[in-house]
Amino acid sequence: MLAQTFFIAAGLLAVIAALGMLVSRSPVRSALWLILVMLCVAGLYMTLSAEFIAVVQVLVYAGAIMVLFLFVIMLLNLGALPNLERVDFKKGVGFVLGTVILAQLVYITATASEPLATASFDPVETGSALRIAEELFTRYALPFEIIGILLLVATVGAVMLAKRTFE
Amino acid sequence: MEIPLTWYLTLSAVLFSIGVMGVLFRSNLIVILMSVELMLNAVNLTLIAFSQFMGDITGQILVFFVISVAAAEAAVGLAIVIAIFRNKLTVDVNDIKLFRH
Repeated sequence: MLAQTFFIAAGLLAVIAALGMLVSRSPVRSALWLILVMLCVAGLYMTLSAEFIAVVQVLVYAGAIMVLFLFVIMLLNLGALPNLERVDFKKGVGFVLGTVILAQLVYITATASEPLATASFDPVETGSALRIAEELFTRYALPFEIIGILLLVATVGAVMLAKRTFE
Repeated sequence: MEIPLTWYLTLSAVLFSIGVMGVLFRSNLIVILMSVELMLNAVNLTLIAFSQFMGDITGQILVFFVISVAAAEAAVGLAIVIAIFRNKLTVDVNDIKLFRH
């Protein structure tokens, strides 16, 4: 019962914060709403007893990535959008497409047959750092190394892109 | 633990749809990038939920990799935003018409 109450509270807060990100005019406010979404999602990871991923979520997403976003917003000195948000063709199409995707996903979830309905959560199988590390450094050692190379390439690429002057 | 799997999937669907609408609604490049991050978060929630309900740790490994790639994507994406802003002095996608003639 307590877990369900926590899920409903965190889930509602996440949806409200996501909508806040969608409608707020200033990019800084959008970023702050998104940080709230990520903290709520980290709380939901805790209800799934995925502690390691929850901590990584707070450290990397809410910490590093969102600070990078805020840093760029402040570097570019972007205020609130000057032009009024007007309802046009593009927004209508966006709303319809988003609603259709939501309807499809909810329909699939609602009509899912046996395997989904009878799935049971075994709390003994925890996502502790020990279990993840065992898998990560044995079976998935090669992808782990490739991710390291990818991050290096991304770092070099980001520096080159931001430094270079075109024309 | 008495939270059903369908609750997680439904919440994740709602968050993903809000992310889709953010990409299609907003004209600010940085907000569009943030909406992409929101969609990645929704998918991560699905992966973790399935991973725990199936008792298979592989989903969490995949989420770990998704977070790493998202970090790289954010760094490169924001660098591109800075490069565009230097040239055009705007981050509005309606004003960026490099390929439109």
